This record gives sequence, C-alpha cells and structure tokens, in this order.
Amino acid sequence: MAAIFQGIGTTASLSTSNSFDSKRFQFPSRRSYLSERKGNLFVMRSEGRIIGGSKGRGTSPLVTSAVASKAESSSTSTASKPGHELLLFEALREGLEEEMIRDPTVCVMGEDVGHYGGSYKVTKGLAEKYGDLRVLDTPIAENSFTGMAIGAAMTGLRPVVEGMNMGFLLLAFNQISNNCGMLHYTSGGQFKIPVVIRGPGGVGRQLGAEHSQRLESYFQSIPGIQMVACSTPYNAKGLMKAAIRSENPVILFEHVLLYNLKERIPDEEYVLSLEEAEMVRPGEHVTILTYSRMRYHVMQAAKTLVNKGYDPEVIDIRSLKPFDLYTIGNSVKKTHRVLIVEECMRTGGIGASLTAAINENFHDYLDAPIVCLSSQDVPTPYAGTLEEWTVVQPAQIVTAVEQLCR
Amino acid sequence: MALSHVATTSRSQLLKPLTIISSSLRHPISTDTTPITVETSVPFTGHKCEPPSRTVETNPQELLTFFKDMALMRRMEIAADSLYKAKLIRGFCHLYDGQEAVAVGMEAALTKKDCIITAYRDHCIFLGRGGTLLESFAELMGRKDGCSRGKGGSMHFYKKEGGFYGGHGIVGAQVPLGCGLAFAQKYSKDENVTFALYGDGAANQGQLFEALNMAALWDLPAILVCENNHYGMGTAEWRAAKSPAYYKRGDYVPGLKVDGMDALAVKQACKFAKEHALKNGPIVNFSPVDTLETTLVELLEMDTYRYHGHSMSDPGSTYRTRDEISGVRQERDPIERIRKLILAHDLATEKELKDIEKEFRKDVDEAIAAAKESPMPDPSELFTNIYVKDCGLEVYGVDRKEVKTMLP
Repeated sequence: MAAIFQGIGTTASLSTSNSFDSKRFQFPSRRSYLSERKGNLFVMRSEGRIIGGSKGRGTSPLVTSAVASKAESSSTSTASKPGHELLLFEALREGLEEEMIRDPTVCVMGEDVGHYGGSYKVTKGLAEKYGDLRVLDTPIAENSFTGMAIGAAMTGLRPVVEGMNMGFLLLAFNQISNNCGMLHYTSGGQFKIPVVIRGPGGVGRQLGAEHSQRLESYFQSIPGIQMVACSTPYNAKGLMKAAIRSENPVILFEHVLLYNLKERIPDEEYVLSLEEAEMVRPGEHVTILTYSRMRYHVMQAAKTLVNKGYDPEVIDIRSLKPFDLYTIGNSVKKTHRVLIVEECMRTGGIGASLTAAINENFHDYLDAPIVCLSSQDVPTPYAGTLEEWTVVQPAQIVTAVEQLCR
Repeated sequence: MALSHVATTSRSQLLKPLTIISSSLRHPISTDTTPITVETSVPFTGHKCEPPSRTVETNPQELLTFFKDMALMRRMEIAADSLYKAKLIRGFCHLYDGQEAVAVGMEAALTKKDCIITAYRDHCIFLGRGGTLLESFAELMGRKDGCSRGKGGSMHFYKKEGGFYGGHGIVGAQVPLGCGLAFAQKYSKDENVTFALYGDGAANQGQLFEALNMAALWDLPAILVCENNHYGMGTAEWRAAKSPAYYKRGDYVPGLKVDGMDALAVKQACKFAKEHALKNGPIVNFSPVDTLETTLVELLEMDTYRYHGHSMSDPGSTYRTRDEISGVRQERDPIERIRKLILAHDLATEKELKDIEKEFRKDVDEAIAAAKESPMPDPSELFTNIYVKDCGLEVYGVDRKEVKTMLP
C-alpha cells in the first residue's frame, strides 16, 4: 500500500491530506524530463539522468519521448532514421548485449542462459561471444544463484539474473527481500547491489497454475528495490539498459506472451527512465492505467470505445515501484476518472496499491470512484476457457469504461 | 560530539584497528619474529585430502598479537553482555566469546583483500577485519557512529574496506552470497579467496549445498567454514543432523576438521585452505571442471564452543549443563591456551599479560563511554540508503508534519 512513499514503509498515512496544491502541478513538455526538478510534495520526479554521457563515451542523446510505436500504427516514433524491426526478445537481447559491450562487469546468470540460449531466446548467442563465465549456466538452484548474484554485486559486478519463469523466483524470495533489497540500508550505505532480476511472468497459454504467476504483487512491498514492467520492444530495450545501469536492484517483469511482438525501434542508443510512465494514447474522458500484457487488451478495448464515442487516455505505467504519480496525476487532473486494468490478482496487487495511492493524492480530482479490473483471486486453471475468465478481457474493459463514464 | 572527557591518546586508540593497538603498547617482544614451532592440540582430520601438518610455525609477535586480539574480543563481548542487560542494546545480540580463536586464526592467514562473510555472530570478526570498538558499540546501541550508521544493529556489521561482508540475520543465506563474492573474485581474476562462515545449524540448509555445488562446479575460490559450536540455538547437533561430521558433508569437496579453540590450528588450516583454493593460479580459460576428483573448494569445520547462550535471550543452560560449559572453559579456552604458550616460552610475564587485559578493559570502557555520547541517527536517516541516489522525491513521515525530507 505504500509503494509510492519511498521509505515510509507500512505506515504511509491514510488520512486525506489537504496539503496537495494543485497549482504546483504543471503539465510538462516532453523535453523537461531532462532537467533537474525540485520535488513538489510527493511528486514522483525522475532525475532525468543524462545516462549516455555520464561515462564519458560521448553524448548519445537520451531519447525520452516514450510514445509507443507499434508496427501497425502510423509512426510516432522519435527515431529520425527509419530504425530497424525486431521482436521483443531480440530487443531485450540487444539491450543486454549493448550493456555487456559497454561495461565488462555486466554478466548474466540463470538456468539455460548459456549454451541453450535462454528458454525464451533472450540470451541466444551471447555465451559464444562472451564466454561461459559471463553468461553463466546455473544449476536449478534459484535461491543460491540469486544469492550468488547479490554477493557478486556487493563487490562491484553487475549481474543480470534470469528467472526462467518469474514464479521460480519465489524460491529466492529471501535473497531478494533480505539481501537484495535491504543490504544497502543495513550496511549504512557501504554496499550497493546493482543487480537486475528479470524473467517472464504472467498468464500464458494454458501453462497451468504454478507457471502463470504474477510476482509483482508479492515483491512490491520490499523496500530498496525498483520494479519495472516492459510491454513493447521499444521500452523493453530501454528499460533493460536502464535497469542494468541503475545502481539499485531492479526487477524487470517481462510477459510470456509478449516475446514475439514486433516493432521498429530506433538505431541510435537510447535508455529509458525507470521511474516514468508511458503515454500510450492521450484522451479526455477517462484515464486507463495498465502495464504489460493488459496494455494490449486495453488498446483493443480502446478501439471499440472510440467507435462508441469515448476518448480514453491510456497510460502504460511501466514503473511498478515507484509509481509515476506525476504523469498519472496530470492525467487524473484532466479526465477525473480512473480505470486500472492489470493482470495481478485483486488482493494485494499492483492495482490495489495504485488505487490507494491515487485516492490519497488525487482524491479531490476524482469524479467517480476508481475502478480496478484485476485477475480473479484464483490459481490459474489449465482449461482454456477458464483461463480466459481469469484475466481481464477487452469486453470487460469496455463495460467498465461505459459504467465509469455514465 | 562531546568527547572532551576522553583523552585524545586513548580516543585515537579506540579508532585504530586492532593490530595497531598491539604495537602501540611498545612491549619489547611484540616485534620479535624469531620462529617458534608449536604443535596443535589435536591433529587435523582430513576428508578427501591430505591434512596439513600438526606443526605450526609461529613467532612471539604473532602469539602476542593473538593474545591481545582475543583478549580484546573477549572483553568486548562481556561488555556487550552488560550493556544488553542494562537495556542499552536491544533486540538480538549474539555473543562470540569462546569462539575467538576462529576469528583470530583466520585473520592471521588472510589479507584484507580476501573476503569474509558470516552470519549474525559477527562482532569479533568485524573487529578482526579492521573494525573499531567505537564503531561496534555505537552500532550495537543504535547510534550514528556505528559501522552501519545505527541502521543495521548487532546482526549487520559490515566493513567494506576490510573485506568484511557481514553480518546476516537469516541462517544460511550468507553462504550463496559468499559464493557470489568468490565468483566476483574469479571474474576479476584477482587471486583472493572468500571465507564463507556458517554454523552447525545452518549446515542443514539446502542453499548451502546448492552454493557448494556451484562453487565446486565452477572452481570458485571459496572456502566454506562451519563454526561448529555444537548447538543450533537450543538444539544439539546430534538432534538436528544425521551426520554431524560437517567437514565430510561436502562429499566430493575436500574437508578438514580443525580444533577451533586453538588459534594456531585455525591459522594453519586457513592457510592450507587458501593455498588449495588458489592452486591453479590465474584462471585463464573458464571451463567447468569435469572430473569429480579435483575441486578447489574446501570445507573447514571448526570445532569450537560458545560460552554464552545462542543470544542474550537464551540463558544457555537449559540444553547443556553448567559443568559442560565450565569444563570447556577450563580445558579448552582459546585465550588460556595462548597465555600458557606465551608463559611457557617466556615471552612475557604473567603480570604483563594481566596488564594488557587491564588496559583493554579500560579501552572498552572508554569506547562504550564514547559510544554513549554518540547521538542517535537523525530522523532523516530513516529514508537514506534505501536506494542509491534515491529518486529525488519528497517523502513524508506518518503525520505529514514531523518529518519531511527530500530523498537524496
């Protein structure tokens, strides 16, 4: 519940505060993300780090305009050159490889990442190029190889840990929570843990209950970690690079069903900000907040909604911890209605935290209660029809918007 | 902070790491390095390896350093006991008295570039790695001058410059971290080793064997050391482990059983283990070892004993007899052993050793006084070090009034 208030922990105040001053909120121009912002109240401001130039490699422009460019839609991509087309897992690999070339301390470890090439082909070809030590095939021991990565990070390496499926990382929960998240704090700042933990999660195609887990809800309370979820090849590559460069432990949530998405991404190097949300479709009537695979269900519903005369604003929140309340707040101020569509379970999910955060901060701007559509609180069944009913479908999103905008 | 009542010389002594204190006492023997040969109390028992010889080379300077370091550690732990009972230390406090020989012997065999990682019984190892008394006591009392700025507590002592990686509360979780340290050492090819310490209770953790498997598979320069004090909190080892021969538990990994109350034996074993781990020299090509016969990892079992209970909330006498505790104290106490050696070789008189102990009592008292003067951490410290370069956001305390800060 306290995901947005970094460091306050479980005692985030639930009292409605009137100290929020709407005048201080300005709708930023895109470029302004680059400038240092003085925080106002509890606004989530990214630092706008000029990451490209910080290591003295020459100034590659930080492309921050995070408008999605899907292959079918007309190009709103920021690339001045045509760019190149690739699939999401290739984008992840590209980001990873660029970082491995740039920094020799970046290494990968996980099950079958080396010789096998990764169970979702994200690390394909890397072991041949960089050797078995840098792209390390681990035994099936999530708890200890995650612990190993954290120990290596304490000395200065930057490991990227791949969980073959996010659900397996439950076995490493102790290491992620106690060592990864807390060591920087309990050592009084002596050690930093620049580790990236990534892997596919989410409900796939009839993979069964144990292989369809959404771990973002379990990890969100851990202090000291950042969580991001990628949804397009463009943001997958950008977030992967940002996560590797970050000094904090970052958990990058990918989705099993999104690996084969194709998109044209820029040729030049770009790094996205870990704390920013992405404006997918600007609108006026309702703010729809979503992330990962549900973004596509929402966009599908958006087509229907547009035909029916609604103008939804769709934001891919991307940053699951901390929430980008700046972008979200601006949107709420504009539309006054919020619908959250997520794949997490209803109980204790990302949506639940987001609902609380928006209610606390932007209560005065809401014309209607926040509606949160989440997956059912059930283990994901195997049968296809049942599985469909576990997650939110576009039709339900349309209905929810219609009810919200009545 | 007000330390005016503490004389400057002793204050500087407080801040100096352990080994410098010995030279500052300016005893004539402390620089004598003529070799002395001593036999360890019991021979080593090896598993899948040839154990090192019982005969240890040492010298007066080393023996005196051992004595001083162990005496200081003992004094610190006893003082921590009183502080805990005076409610200045709260929460968990796991004391190391009785086991000092392991810390001291290990330090003698290593350099500061080697890494040590241990569990929560970490005060003395912290001292050995270069921590100061002030940092220890301040951290125990939750003050700003503690090694972790008061935010870690007894179980979270760290010293990055000294190669001490903590300080971990969850039993067994430090062993995979230790293998990670070794992995990084191998990755950077820097010819150092990692000693990952754990207890007899942690020896039954699965993640230990997972980590051991990986370390052996990839020839990581890791030495796993089981500090077997025979009790996992309140459970005796024979009630928790089917096979209490912890040094054999590595199966294909060579093991060594060491008398952990004999600092010289510990030193010998650790030197042996370090040499073994670095045997292959700089690692040029990485390829997992494909034979069972050779592995660079070592498993050491230190047969040691703790006088206190598991922690301050445990009297330590419900699961073992007082006779047993006093028996070990009489027969095997590490400080007494070194004291007898020093006296037998005429390296110092009884009075001189007593004076050293008195001096340390004074040092510890002064450190405690200084630590008591140290302020509590600032409320803004609640929010520091959560993230590195926290994202630049403004946060509130619970009621939105009291604490308001920008995360740095």
